[in-house]
Amino acid sequence: MSLRQKEPLNLIITGVGGQGNVLISRLIGQSMVDAGLQVTVGETYGASQRGGSVASHVRISKDTQYGPIIPEGHADVILGLEPVESLRILGLYGSPKTFVVTNIRPFYPLSVATGDAEYPRLETIKQSINELSAKAWYIDASEIALNLGAPLLTNMVMVGAIIGARLLPLTQDMFESQLEASFEKESLTLNLQSFRMGLTARY
Amino acid sequence: MSITSGDGPKTTQLLMGNEAIARGALEAGIGVAAAYPGNPSSEIIETLAKVAKERNLYVEWSVNEKVAMEVAAAASFSNVRALCAMKQNGLNVALDFLSNLNLTGAKSGLVLAVCDDPGAISSTNEQDSRHVAKALNLPLLEPATSQEAKDMAKWAFALSEEIANICILRSVTRISHARGKVVLGELPNVEKHAYFDISRKPYASVGETAPKLHQVLYRNLARIREIYESSPFNWYMGPENPELLIITCGSGWFYSIEAVRILSAVNSVGILKLGTTWPLPQKLIKRHMLQTRKILVVEEVDAFLEGNLKELAADMEPGRPWSFYGKASGHIPPFGELTPDIVINAVANALDLKYTSRDPEYHQKSQEIVKRYVPLRGPQFCAGCPHRTTFWAIKNALMLDGREGVLTGDIGCYGMGIGSTGYFQVKTMHAMGSGTGLASGMGKLNQFGFNQPVLDVCGDSTFFHAAIPALINGVHSQSNFILLLLDNSGTAMTGFQPHPGIEINAMGDLAPIIDVERLCHALDVKVMVTDAYDIKGTTEKLFEMLRDEGKPRVLISRRECALIRARREKPLYKVRVNHDQCIGEGCGCDRFCTRVFRCPGLIWDRESGKARIGEAICTGCGVCVDVCPQSAIVREAS
Repeated sequence: MSLRQKEPLNLIITGVGGQGNVLISRLIGQSMVDAGLQVTVGETYGASQRGGSVASHVRISKDTQYGPIIPEGHADVILGLEPVESLRILGLYGSPKTFVVTNIRPFYPLSVATGDAEYPRLETIKQSINELSAKAWYIDASEIALNLGAPLLTNMVMVGAIIGARLLPLTQDMFESQLEASFEKESLTLNLQSFRMGLTARY
Repeated sequence: MSITSGDGPKTTQLLMGNEAIARGALEAGIGVAAAYPGNPSSEIIETLAKVAKERNLYVEWSVNEKVAMEVAAAASFSNVRALCAMKQNGLNVALDFLSNLNLTGAKSGLVLAVCDDPGAISSTNEQDSRHVAKALNLPLLEPATSQEAKDMAKWAFALSEEIANICILRSVTRISHARGKVVLGELPNVEKHAYFDISRKPYASVGETAPKLHQVLYRNLARIREIYESSPFNWYMGPENPELLIITCGSGWFYSIEAVRILSAVNSVGILKLGTTWPLPQKLIKRHMLQTRKILVVEEVDAFLEGNLKELAADMEPGRPWSFYGKASGHIPPFGELTPDIVINAVANALDLKYTSRDPEYHQKSQEIVKRYVPLRGPQFCAGCPHRTTFWAIKNALMLDGREGVLTGDIGCYGMGIGSTGYFQVKTMHAMGSGTGLASGMGKLNQFGFNQPVLDVCGDSTFFHAAIPALINGVHSQSNFILLLLDNSGTAMTGFQPHPGIEINAMGDLAPIIDVERLCHALDVKVMVTDAYDIKGTTEKLFEMLRDEGKPRVLISRRECALIRARREKPLYKVRVNHDQCIGEGCGCDRFCTRVFRCPGLIWDRESGKARIGEAICTGCGVCVDVCPQSAIVREAS
């Protein structure tokens, strides 16, 4: 049985408030509802506008609705917009069977910016994620988005990356029609561009 | 996507619980919706405000929850269905009106959606609102899914009319902020005609009528109970004679069913899921209780359902010796938020099963890695937040003053003044407006030798909500304190909803503003205004006010929330650190800007031993230029 048929398929989308976490969890969720699947999205964004950790739990099933929180050890896929947030969520909800697709650009917490704490080196993060997961993809999504002149679309690049890695029951066409229904004109063009760059991005 | 788009009945949308409640209210044909913003309830009214014109609604952000409840009840008294929404803290504010409204009753469908916040994810407490329904003898509904949130919200209006009283719908964060698939119903096209029938008996309860009306409430409860017995919001899933019966409601339903599946206990555990939790459908519950000897109650926060079930069990004939598991037995904590793991472990314990969520070795390794490498990401003021600079000025003025000034605080973004990014200045935080009331009281303690200056920080929205009466109290009692009104032009914490100080209302129409300065003049309160970004000016004004003792004084520290401004305009300045000037740890200040001032836009670069600007985060307020003792930070027009 491939991961995409797993029942339920448990996805966690994580990042920092302001990175557009909630938006992509809603778009991914709605695309799957449109494809006739049952979806629940549980969002934690109490502090999302204030640089806090944000996580959306997305639960996908053919016919059953699941609860808004994934039990410990039951995350199948983690989509991370920020590397230490990916590691944090993997540590809480992961297992040796979990797949991780993460952006590699750090968003420093205040404790690091103030010099009170240290941010781990990217190599350390990768090593830890590799040790705790089945397989991981590392994407320089912020760089790709920046090159497109749209740093805020890092989230769309990452959606492209996870669909490109074939970890979700979601195709390029399905997600693109969701984008077409949600954005207009220039904004749509940029979102589509970022998404497509993500589809083919590899570490 | 709007909740009215793809309108056809039978279409499906992925709706947040709060959007589903709003949709249910629309399907019930409401005319009026009112609330004061508060997470996790805010999206209910936000959603309705967006479609107000299209659906001919009147939607308002009221000044506080009590007024919101009154605005909604006024519609109900006048033949128009109305919805009121609030968070758990707000229910306390509305309670005075509500505990009379239950006696007088209502006319057209009137529903109160109250959203609790177990775990206090965005709150100061995790109060369980359900006790209010029981205390006031009002019907209570608890949705377990987005679909049910929509269906229950709609049905609640019919129930309200059936009993001519208000109906309470209790949600929690994990329902309100979770998205699930919802099959939409029809949006009615009803003519709404508001009319108050002056020939009917008054909506009033006083003296000897109060016990009579109280008696009516008990009669109502019996009727509601009957209606609840056959409600589709209650269901049972499991074997006929389960070894363990889980009785649950709200978010507990999904966790329970997942626990039973994960433990492969489908053949031995039954789940009775209740949507109607006060009054309880006794016959239905008794039927299921008599099939088992072990009962586990799964619910958020307090042992509300558990206590009521035990009450029922005590009166049951024939009685049976049940073992109850839940909050009292210690299987589920009576504090904090429920999680699937708490429920899985509770079920496993009740069945004497062993459960480990992960391989112990993996679990330990993962915990060690997180502890070692993953830095904390605590709450903080955003880059460019005007509250940070006001707290900086407060700290400086109090240090200059040197008399151990006490700063009381309140609920809002500025509550983070209790932490490092507000320099630990705030010493009290309770209810909306409580900082001002506490200041009014502390400012009267001089007769007992109290000689510390008293200050209070209060947000603009909070000021209108609950601080005005406390300020008036201080004026009349000649209390000695300074009210610092932190005016950032909106209800920032909950998503920038407008308030009476803003020239626009919930529906986007122009509205007259209440001018706080003129209000202070009318109260004969000395008032000064300062720009929050002007650290020197604010410090000086505050220092001057600290010397001018005897009566309440108001300092309005004004500057629009940096997040609101950034949505509209370019940054004020381009800010950079001149590395030739910056001497980092060698500075007498010991990296003052990052270590002490703590704006997240300033980053301490360990490698170069200098500060730098985090360009993706900096909002260009330029205030740090005035903070750096080395004049190493430079601002240029952007």
